[in-house]
Amino acid sequence: MDYILRRILYAIPIALGVTVIVFSLVYMGPVDPLTAVTPDDAEPHVIEMIKKQYGFDKPIPVQYLIWLKRALMGDFGVSLQSNRPVIEEVIPALRKTMMLAMVATGLAFSVAFVLGVLAAYHNGTWMDRIFTGTAVIGVSVPNYWLSIVLVVIFAVELNWLPAVGMGPRGSGEWEWDLVHIRYLILPVIAVSAIPVGIITRTTRACVLEMLSQEFVPALHSKGITSVRVLVHVVRNAAPTVLAATGIQFGHLLGGSILVETVFVWPGTGYLLNESIFRRDFPVLQGTIAVLAIFFVLINLIVDIVQTWLDPRIKRG
Amino acid sequence: MEAAESTQTLATGDGDLVRVSDLRVRFVTKETTVYAVNGVDFSLAPGEVLGILGESGSGKTVTLRALIRLLPEDRAQVSGRVLVGDNDMLRLPKGDLQSVRGRTIAMIFQEPMTALDPVYTVGYQIAETIVRHESCSWREAEARALDLFEQVQVPSPKQRLKSYPHELSGGLRQRAMIALALSCRPGVLLADEPTTALDATVQIQILLLLRELQKEMGVIFVTHDMGVAGEIADRLAIMYAGRLVETGPVTQVMREPLHPYTKGLLSSTVHGSMRGQRLQTIEGSPPNLEELPDACSFAPRCPHVREACREAVPEPVQAAPERMARCILVNPA
Repeated sequence: MDYILRRILYAIPIALGVTVIVFSLVYMGPVDPLTAVTPDDAEPHVIEMIKKQYGFDKPIPVQYLIWLKRALMGDFGVSLQSNRPVIEEVIPALRKTMMLAMVATGLAFSVAFVLGVLAAYHNGTWMDRIFTGTAVIGVSVPNYWLSIVLVVIFAVELNWLPAVGMGPRGSGEWEWDLVHIRYLILPVIAVSAIPVGIITRTTRACVLEMLSQEFVPALHSKGITSVRVLVHVVRNAAPTVLAATGIQFGHLLGGSILVETVFVWPGTGYLLNESIFRRDFPVLQGTIAVLAIFFVLINLIVDIVQTWLDPRIKRG
Repeated sequence: MEAAESTQTLATGDGDLVRVSDLRVRFVTKETTVYAVNGVDFSLAPGEVLGILGESGSGKTVTLRALIRLLPEDRAQVSGRVLVGDNDMLRLPKGDLQSVRGRTIAMIFQEPMTALDPVYTVGYQIAETIVRHESCSWREAEARALDLFEQVQVPSPKQRLKSYPHELSGGLRQRAMIALALSCRPGVLLADEPTTALDATVQIQILLLLRELQKEMGVIFVTHDMGVAGEIADRLAIMYAGRLVETGPVTQVMREPLHPYTKGLLSSTVHGSMRGQRLQTIEGSPPNLEELPDACSFAPRCPHVREACREAVPEPVQAAPERMARCILVNPA
């Protein structure tokens, strides 16, 4: 309990640090945010007015505090593009990305865990080499390239699956039916490749390490069956594998910009891409801030689940 | 607490609990072959504690693990014959082996911290073993675990059963390990240096506990510590370079050792009435087991070495009814 509380307290300065970076991103970019919101031929007094309206006339630290105060209440400003509150753009997009990330992480974990355990148990054999090789390919292949290849093969050539969008009506309401799930398959495969590779390798390394521990022969010496011994080994490997999986999930939330763009998947990645090109800096800030906070949150959850899986961490 | 029902009655054809003949273990890798155990014969009578004494690398732990078939199957080539009761351990099918392990023959490990699974409570690990071998419910198994903890004298046993291994002290961990090994009342207990990782005072407590619990159980106790062996064993087997060089009743071996290696070991160990004397070391170091000479392995270090020692492996000599030594200087009875 004590540990969990301390871990939550640690997360606060991290989250604050993240907001500082997110806020200053706009000023580190090559374009003055002011020019993004003013027409090229604006009169000086109009520029002054806009400056005031967006708070650009105040010192940057003050601007940050004002922005942070609003952000804490869920107000990230208004989109320059659609004139709608940023949060109303981010939340639906986040839900769509979250869905993609969850399905992909679930798939990646299931596949990778089996591959990793099998590779470890057959260390050094052809099976190990094939699975480890698959893992290396998964990590090495750029996922946007994989997306394009998948589209070319399964959508264009074979015409089995849709190429873009998340439903027959483009980005309409999602439903868990066969018609919609067909749209999910290719993006999920594309974003799963890296997590599959990383989780496979983590599982393999971790299970191998556990297999070399003295408690394994000790379990055998008690007559425990091989299946039960596997349960012990997996249970010991679980905290590390889980941590790797959690971090991959975090990466998927923020890192699928290119894949979402290829598949026109209306998630946060797609939204980020759009807002970068349109210099829609409130949306950019809001999206990154929300994603970053989620990333911190996921790490926190992983840490807490780990203490629950590994009794040694609690008193550490 | 009543010391449980009797241990299992088991015996090989001629009344021994364990009979090992011509046990050999080689570790084969791509680069090299290590001859770890090179023809070991011994037997264990019911109620007897056999101490196998040797330096690290002499093959004593490998011998012990071979008895319960714990050596890695891909690297260790084991030959010979190991009978535990009427179970031919090296040829037992996997399923039968799993039923024999833990139930008929159990093992205590050197480092309980690593030999216990860190993410399960010790109570769980004991109950798991009981449920595995005996048709009883988890609740009954937990009750038995509590009995066992009382037997191995763990204070406040009920709370301690719920502890994880890292929450216990070294001595308590080893007591938990002993309780675990005894959980299905095995006829034979293998102990691999169970006191080496413990403080001296705790060592004595664990030795006394083992002595007390042992009764009709046969114990094979591996150690490098002459003092510990003298404390616990009825009979000693001295191991050098993968062979038993001397066996005999513990008092006789310690009072008048036959083999020069045993003599060397004794004069390099602190024991009673030696105050003021200088400890003597055995010159040289144990042989490289990657190549096994066709000679007495101790010859290069032996102060009494003869020409014949370098020509063939000495045959075991029966010096007295219960005493054997592999040395050409020993006269047969």
